Amino acid sequence: MRDLLEVTESGLYCERGDFHVDPWRRVPRAIITHAHADHARPGSDRYLCAASGKTVLRTRIGGGSPIDTLRHGESLSLNGVRVSLHPAGHLLGSAQVRIEHGGETWVVTGDYKLHDDPTCEPFEPVRCDVFVTESTFGLPVYRWREPAAIAADINAWWRANRDAGRTSVILAYALGKAQRIAAMVDPSIGPLVGHGAVMKIVEAYRASGVRLPPIDRVPPRARRVGDGRALVIAPPSVLGGSWLNVFGESSVAMASGWMTLRGVRRRRGFERGFAVSDHADFPGLLHAIDASGARRVLVTHGFSDSLARYLRETRGLDASVLPTHFTGETPPDAMGSDDDVPDDADTLEPRVADAAPAPPPDAASP
Amino acid sequence: MKRFTDLYWRLDATSSTTEKVASLRDYFAAAPPGDAACALAVLSGARQLRIVSTGQLRAWAAEVAGLPDWMVEECYAHVGDLAETLALLLPEPEPRPDAADGADGEPGLAEVVRRTIHELRGADEARKREVVTDAWRRLAPRERIVWHKLLTGGLRVGVSRTLVARALAEVAGVEPAAMAHRLMGDAVADGAAFTRLLAPEPTAADSRRPYPFFLASGLERSAVDHVAEDLGAVDAWQAEWKWDGMRAQLVRRGADATVWSRGEELVNDAFPEIAAAGAALPPGTVLDGELLAVRDGRLLGFAALSKRAGRTRITRKLLEEIPCVFVAYDLLELAGDDLRGRPLADRRRLLEDLVPTPFDAVLGGGVAPAAAIFLSPVVAGGSWDELAARRGESRGRGVEGLMLKRRSSPYGVGRTRGDWWKWKIEPLEIDAVLLYAQAGHGRRAGLHSDYTLGLWHDGRLVTIAKAYSGLADAEIVEIDRIVRATTLEKHGPVRICRPSVVLQLAFEGVAASTRHKCGVAVRFPRIVRWRRDKEPADAGTLAELKAMIDAGG
Repeated sequence: MRDLLEVTESGLYCERGDFHVDPWRRVPRAIITHAHADHARPGSDRYLCAASGKTVLRTRIGGGSPIDTLRHGESLSLNGVRVSLHPAGHLLGSAQVRIEHGGETWVVTGDYKLHDDPTCEPFEPVRCDVFVTESTFGLPVYRWREPAAIAADINAWWRANRDAGRTSVILAYALGKAQRIAAMVDPSIGPLVGHGAVMKIVEAYRASGVRLPPIDRVPPRARRVGDGRALVIAPPSVLGGSWLNVFGESSVAMASGWMTLRGVRRRRGFERGFAVSDHADFPGLLHAIDASGARRVLVTHGFSDSLARYLRETRGLDASVLPTHFTGETPPDAMGSDDDVPDDADTLEPRVADAAPAPPPDAASP
Repeated sequence: MKRFTDLYWRLDATSSTTEKVASLRDYFAAAPPGDAACALAVLSGARQLRIVSTGQLRAWAAEVAGLPDWMVEECYAHVGDLAETLALLLPEPEPRPDAADGADGEPGLAEVVRRTIHELRGADEARKREVVTDAWRRLAPRERIVWHKLLTGGLRVGVSRTLVARALAEVAGVEPAAMAHRLMGDAVADGAAFTRLLAPEPTAADSRRPYPFFLASGLERSAVDHVAEDLGAVDAWQAEWKWDGMRAQLVRRGADATVWSRGEELVNDAFPEIAAAGAALPPGTVLDGELLAVRDGRLLGFAALSKRAGRTRITRKLLEEIPCVFVAYDLLELAGDDLRGRPLADRRRLLEDLVPTPFDAVLGGGVAPAAAIFLSPVVAGGSWDELAARRGESRGRGVEGLMLKRRSSPYGVGRTRGDWWKWKIEPLEIDAVLLYAQAGHGRRAGLHSDYTLGLWHDGRLVTIAKAYSGLADAEIVEIDRIVRATTLEKHGPVRICRPSVVLQLAFEGVAASTRHKCGVAVRFPRIVRWRRDKEPADAGTLAELKAMIDAGG
């Protein structure tokens, strides 16, 4: 019997229901787990996403194509295939896609996390037969600390910088991570300032009903901002440019799960690294997999080989690697954050080891 | 050891030398002398005994963390640092009160070293496991990393001796050069020795110490016109051969002579004939020079010399097979007077009086080396072009090029640019194909930056050398992606790649080798650049490489 979902040239496809999940090419109907650029690409005829993620998705794919929505838990029938969306806890409106047909249930997680995040709906375990999971941080060295402890570290660093008259700059992916950071920190320490790319999403979040503390924009042609007291939230792409100049003396930190590793922190030359991620850590992945009750697990996006082998050996699961467009390990330097996508939201470059066949040497240069 | 752990992470967090010195100064000023002595030994890269093997640590960590061994290896390959890998894999430590060193049973560095490194020496496996796993329960991940490194003898902190000396000089209130001199030689073994180290006045124990070595820098531009432009008039410079040996100082003070390597290790035992010859020098003499292996008027090369170095017992057979000499090129002290502030030209005159026999006389078999100390000859050249021509003889002579030293210069401390230059011969080069890649360590952890390269032979690519990348960070990241995308097979941490990347490889020489499958060994291979303009089919052949042997490589 053929699988309910298969990988085609355009991505994960359900032939029976005639829809794709997070396709990387234009398709008639795209179900989108979340609005990050490597999952939500413009140009498809029709989209379906969680109701809470519609505003954000619209800012990312632009106008034109209609976006249908489902509330979390609500279901819809596509050619007799039952489809419902369930919170993934990755960012606002991120969803796991539950697909049921002929007595078999599949869940495609997209990206997800189990740790607390005040800016989005918490991850909800969904029972299924086949669980398609990401594995960005699928090695046991990745184990997140509690968000409150990380927030305390960020606050302490910000406070120390403020007392020294130094601006604190925290680099975070513009969609999701930046808003989460803003909601995590203690705004009584000083003013929060957001980069334009961050503010665009902040507005979409607020329009969707997420409460965020006051965040200032950098006025055009400003010469000096923040008075050495501010916490600036910006995408990593500002590094190396002149955008940071208006803040005077500053301390630059990176917020990413990859900051767990000393080598990555040092190589990227950050003074501080905060290991805060919107992906599940290794215990989180195991927890979600166990909670799904699935006997078959398809692992994608990350340390797929290792996680699949671990699941086979320790749990006796039918676990294997789902060879997607994105197959290959995600090296920590391939991205500005742990979101695995280029910093510029509008680039449509597929991430990392996107290459079968691999690029010839000269085509590999950006 | 909280204090030392804090120092470790403070040093790790910054690349500014000023901040590093400040961190070190704060630590040494506050730490109890016993801990400070211990920290100094660690920072100086003193060889620590490996009390627990990394294999044992991995196995125990796998058990404690409840992970299969292969998963620990996968993680290590990704993290690139075993101490860090294990620290991250182990379960959270038991909560404990936040105590400073010395309070509430929080042991200081010296205590930790005594309890683990010293006590575990000779202990049986079960006892070692007990001590290690007990420590894991108590230490936070950031402490575990430091402790693992102490335990396995692999703590590299990334501060040079010069920085340590600067920090200690600030604490002691003496000149950095004086402190650097005090730090030479015997290790600071305990708290009392550390307290003496900080004495404001010189002490009697200073007498056998060598001087800090003055180090040369490589010329940035090596074309003769550029050298002429950068260095000015040729007669301001003294040229010598750049010997391919081991830098050393011969210190003749008190009753005997001592031979010191550049790593500041006493190597009398490895070079007894040099120490014996040194004893015949007048008291109060310090020579700077090069240890070389030479037999029947022929240089034996660095590989032969390495067989002598590092030994603590030298057999008569080895002494006969690999005789060594000391080729002096500078005189730092004469009749107890420190000459380092005098111009090189003066020092050279005095050196020639003291050591009259030039090493040239030995080479070519003209003179049997009755003595073991010779003079490094000056390479004559009335113009830069003439010197460039002499430099061209280097490969044939078995030297690495020329040294250029400003005649008016004092003997400095460390690598001070401007007065001593290495004018090395141009390396040999060939374009080779990336065949295997392995993740690096430290800053390159998790990035595939250690490459095995190959050349064409009978329509196949054969491996010829391993080289760590000399590429820019961004290029390494880019190649890492290609490696991941073109992986054909994985063997543990090594990936076999589909040939696609061509790299220009530089090396100092080629020699026939029976140990290498391809039949040749290249010396000091490193990557010069990524040939994006080339396809694997354009890479060089093994025959081309072999031809370089005949060309005097």
